[in-house]
Amino acid sequence: MSGGGERVLALLPELLLLLGAVGGLLLGLWTPQQRQWRVRLLVTAACLASAIAAAVALPEPAERVFEGTWVVDTTTGVARIVVALGVAVLVWLASASLAGHPRETEAYVLMLLGGLGSIALAASGDLLLLVAAYLLASVPLYALAGFAKDPAGVEATMKYYLMGAFVGVLMLVGVAALVLATGTTGYPDLAAQLPDASPALLAVGILGVLAGVAFKAGAVPVHFWVPDVTAGTTPPMAAYITTIPKIGAVAAAFRLLAEPFADVPLDVPLLVAVIAAASMTLGNLAAFNQTDVLRLLAYSTVSQVGYLFMVVAVAASTDLAVPALAIYLAGYAVTNIGAFAAVAATPAARTITDWATAVGPHRWLVVSLVVCLLGLVGTPPTAVFVGKLAVFTAAWDGALAWLVVVAAVNTVASLFYYLRWVAPAFAGVPAAPSMQEGAGSGPRTAAGTAQRTRRGVPTGLLHGAAVMSLLLGLGAGWWLAFALST
Amino acid sequence: MLLTVVIFLPLLAAGVLLAAPGIPGRAAIGVWIAASAVDLALVGWMWWRFEPGEGASGIVDGLAYEADLQWIPTVDAGYHVGVDGLSLPLLALTGVLFLACAIYSLREPDRPHTYAALFLFLQTACMGTFASLDLILFFVFFDLSIVGMYFVIAGWGHGNARRSALKFFLYTFIGSLALLVGFIGLFLGSEERTFDMVALAANPPLADSPLAGGLVLLAIGLGLAVKTPLFPFHTWLPDAHTDAPAAGSAVLAGILLKLGTYGFVRIAMPILPEAWQRWAMVAVVVGVISVLWGAFVALAQTDVKRMIAYTSVNHMGYVLLGLGAAGLVASADEGARTVATVGAMYQMVSHGLLTGALFLLSGVLWSRGHSYAFDRWGGLARPAPVFAACFAVAAFGSLGLPGFSGFIAEFQVFTGALQAAPVATVIAVVGILITAGLFLLALQRLLTGDTVVPSGADPDELAEGPGPERADGTTATAVRPRTATRMKDLRSREAAAVVPLLVLAVILGLVPRVLLDVLEPAAMAVVELVGR
Repeated sequence: MSGGGERVLALLPELLLLLGAVGGLLLGLWTPQQRQWRVRLLVTAACLASAIAAAVALPEPAERVFEGTWVVDTTTGVARIVVALGVAVLVWLASASLAGHPRETEAYVLMLLGGLGSIALAASGDLLLLVAAYLLASVPLYALAGFAKDPAGVEATMKYYLMGAFVGVLMLVGVAALVLATGTTGYPDLAAQLPDASPALLAVGILGVLAGVAFKAGAVPVHFWVPDVTAGTTPPMAAYITTIPKIGAVAAAFRLLAEPFADVPLDVPLLVAVIAAASMTLGNLAAFNQTDVLRLLAYSTVSQVGYLFMVVAVAASTDLAVPALAIYLAGYAVTNIGAFAAVAATPAARTITDWATAVGPHRWLVVSLVVCLLGLVGTPPTAVFVGKLAVFTAAWDGALAWLVVVAAVNTVASLFYYLRWVAPAFAGVPAAPSMQEGAGSGPRTAAGTAQRTRRGVPTGLLHGAAVMSLLLGLGAGWWLAFALST
Repeated sequence: MLLTVVIFLPLLAAGVLLAAPGIPGRAAIGVWIAASAVDLALVGWMWWRFEPGEGASGIVDGLAYEADLQWIPTVDAGYHVGVDGLSLPLLALTGVLFLACAIYSLREPDRPHTYAALFLFLQTACMGTFASLDLILFFVFFDLSIVGMYFVIAGWGHGNARRSALKFFLYTFIGSLALLVGFIGLFLGSEERTFDMVALAANPPLADSPLAGGLVLLAIGLGLAVKTPLFPFHTWLPDAHTDAPAAGSAVLAGILLKLGTYGFVRIAMPILPEAWQRWAMVAVVVGVISVLWGAFVALAQTDVKRMIAYTSVNHMGYVLLGLGAAGLVASADEGARTVATVGAMYQMVSHGLLTGALFLLSGVLWSRGHSYAFDRWGGLARPAPVFAACFAVAAFGSLGLPGFSGFIAEFQVFTGALQAAPVATVIAVVGILITAGLFLLALQRLLTGDTVVPSGADPDELAEGPGPERADGTTATAVRPRTATRMKDLRSREAAAVVPLLVLAVILGLVPRVLLDVLEPAAMAVVELVGR
């Protein structure tokens, strides 16, 4: 608690990421454009080192360092590992379209910094650090969203930025209100003083802060950027934006509910439960009619956040919440990256039918896609199934049985649109392009363009994610035993 | 360990098939047949070594071939499998029926690798469901069976296959999620917080909260009722059956429906005994409605396969009647309730054999003339005597003629249920009459009179290659008015698939002790547990 120099090493995983970012930038300056894969290697090494450092630190007891602003506990540890490994994988996914790009290094460095921001979100034990982490997890992503500098990307960036700036102000207002009510920003002090604070200030404060994390997580009602950004940017960046910041944001929301907002006189769990129900329902309903695979996945991530917020709602009321979060976050990251890798594997195909045509002869791609998409539904024995089981159990144990029923109904509904993608891919689409579904509604429908699959990294990642999703589901016990080893 | 091998051997074979796309199609089906045969042999070995025990044995004790590994320790879910008198007959049925389907599909022309792999995958899912002693493991296999069947219907069905497959998936997925919600309720309601069926049955959860117990039973019952299917959740069944390939239909009716009824016996009754007693009358009523509804609607069908599909609803209704009667503790003695339970279990096995055979036979009709419509077939006894004989035997068995397994089953259900629910039983007996009538009518339309065969294709030409028309699945609607008078009789592979099923049904009808010795101790255990 002293903030002394000896505890700097408690932040070793974060320091390694920062070191990787700075080192990558410097290395990139002195590397020819065609050899920037060196930066990729460095960045990957930094991520892996960070994940290993985080894994080594997991069994140690929870602590608060730097005057209580930075919490190192199970939730942080899980977020550190998942984010670091996720960034490492996504750097390679992005490399397929970035290799040889004039700003290749910058992209990798930004991805690393965004990951750092996400971890900071998960670890913050102080409102001001939360705001700083929000910015660190947002600003690099604005640049990444528009990285291709094409009209769709620029539009996406503008929407993302404006919405992010607006919600950022809301969040600051919320933080200001909470400071006004209690005179402190540290979570433990807030937890002690908030129950006696003025209800009006409290309401403004809680709404503002939750709006911030909900925006980063892409939850209703601040989810409007998700489909536009996802469809506007490139598939690897879409995977990044819908995976990495969500992990940190959900973990941050979890910590907020578990610590400062645990005993406030307002029914915050109910508010979060309503957000969760709205997210999964609206996400699913909006996904029903999408023919653009990226938009479909975008809305699917909105609904996934709904399931994740279920466990946030019961963060303070059940012991089952932490394991549920640990398994669902990991499962979601793996499965979501896999689904986006499926899109990245066929760069020209943006609609469901195009995709099915493009992968036509590659049966294994379809098998892996089926595993990933059914994984998102929560079909056993994938990781998200175990996550859903744990989340449902935790939510019911936290006296939100109605939310479990809503979530179960939504799961069935989600099956419908995932199958809309799976069915044509599985049954095979006749080569004739005159399918009624193919009449492009997506911005980059490649009607008539050469359809081909990009072999190599994206397909490898798709298969890897499918296998990982199954392994993590079957090995959920080991992962949980490892994650909860404190 | 042996049980684990039995469960995962088909999956292993499926993996081999997918990993080696180079082997020829016929060899792929050969691998399927071999894997299924070995699996059946292993189940046979297990049956041989199985000690049914004296008196009540099963559910909470007397489990053989147990394996128990931790999977998700935070919620105490694990890989816990084992065999008792309830699951062993159904495991054997699974082995028999899948082998029959494998032999029947020997000449499958359309993507044989994937087809065989999917069926092997399905076999693992079904075996796993029957062997599970853990709720989550049960759910995992239960759900995987849905996924596998979806792809079988969507990929190899005919007619409006994609739509029927989707309908099947959505309906049964709703059911499975209701089931999952119910399982979570059991977990949270149990004292030691576990998903282990044995522990839950030994110490039933929610015993002192009738409302929560009732709601959890409602969720579980809903999930199983969709799968079984019971009125009013049966509407997915005829579509799925009509558009599924023959082997898929046989597995769907023969095995997958049993997952639902098996869930009632294995989960709902022993784990929620108090709630089951309280709501047993509902099960009886739903069962009787299913009996009558299935029978009457089947009577009105003009399509052979839809008719058989609806008789499944009817037959599953008898199962529910028997299981419901087993819960009416106050109005019947233990002996009667045991007889009803044994009858219900017997019906599951019997229905699997006979309906499996009927669906395979209707697949023969499709392969000859691409139609299931009654009015396009007639007088088949003359050109296809073996087919006619098999169809007649299966139909008579299915309507409950003495000498067949169906008779033993229905007789016991009625005997056991009469004391507990006399009115319901008497009404249900009417169902037998209607079923008898409709099967006789079907026999008359198909087998007697002038020979009528839809001549969409010349039988000889069909024999050469029934390949291309499967590809788009639209030929079903292309009606050609010509009729022919020739129909090729059962081919040897078709006969080899169907005849053993019928022989088994006859054996079980003539020597019921073979099965009763295994079933009775387990049924007694169920009745004891429900009577707590």
